[in-house]
Amino acid sequence: MHIMEGFLPVGHAIGWFAASAPFVVAGAISLKKILRERPEAKLNLAAAGAFTFVLSALKMPSVTGSCSHPTGTGLGAVVFGPAVMAVLGTIVLLFQALLIAHGGLTTLGANVFSMAIVGPWVSWAIWRGASRLGASVSVAVFLAAALGDLATYATTSVQLALAYPDPASGIPGAVLKFGGIYAVTQVPLAIAEGLLTVVVMGALSGRAGKTDEVTFLAGETI
Amino acid sequence: MAINRSVWLLAAAAAIVIAPLAIPGLGGEFKGSDDLGTEAIAQAAPDYKPWFKPLWKPPSEEVETLLFALQAAMGAGFIGYVIGRRHSLSQKPASARDNVAGR
Repeated sequence: MHIMEGFLPVGHAIGWFAASAPFVVAGAISLKKILRERPEAKLNLAAAGAFTFVLSALKMPSVTGSCSHPTGTGLGAVVFGPAVMAVLGTIVLLFQALLIAHGGLTTLGANVFSMAIVGPWVSWAIWRGASRLGASVSVAVFLAAALGDLATYATTSVQLALAYPDPASGIPGAVLKFGGIYAVTQVPLAIAEGLLTVVVMGALSGRAGKTDEVTFLAGETI
Repeated sequence: MAINRSVWLLAAAAAIVIAPLAIPGLGGEFKGSDDLGTEAIAQAAPDYKPWFKPLWKPPSEEVETLLFALQAAMGAGFIGYVIGRRHSLSQKPASARDNVAGR
């Protein structure tokens, strides 16, 4: 989902920066608040960032015959809310843009919007929705992580379609074309990410599948 | 029971990732989707020139692989540390746990 350096027209690049900036600022405020009110959650917060760090470095083969990587933002979004992931995701994307030439500084706004904002917010909404509908912790976490991952890649497809509409079929045609490259490839990887998130969350909390698993990780209950 | 569940979930995740490599007929060249996306852009807009270049690029694919591996290792190492810490805290009596939490 990394749009490569220089591959968004200037206007689009600026637009996505403008769209992402308020979320990153809100995330920084949320991060400070969590660290002040629940300092014992610091390690788990760092672990949520580390999870994104690991998963976004792993390029995995998919049934479409291409490779892609999960995002790992669902875990932190479920435990600490989607806002903080805007900050943690930005750190990961900056690392990759500066040191691995993966993604870029000019496309950072767009990549932050897909991976560190849309993905986490979708994960959080699914987590809340599924929990309210009576899903178990594990099922809700699985759905949240998998669908958040998918939403990130769907967002990238839309971002590229807006910048590069298909000469014949326009933006809708381009959404389908880029969606075929990014979102379809991502389906099996999103499922794998969902399963992995359930396992890692269980290992981090030591109370896999228990109803207080997420609040425990968030530092709300000791 | 929880360990058992984790093993099954990890095995399922591994199977999903391995399947495209192992099942004949699936798969292909396994290029990166980011590269395929960039190729699709080149097709849609052949005249587009990237207007900014990365400030620094790994000099070779080997160095790039090293950096990706380093990224994954640092993250995994830290998660392992947090899991181990939780595990050792849960083995200690409650009084010792309070000491650490209140530090």
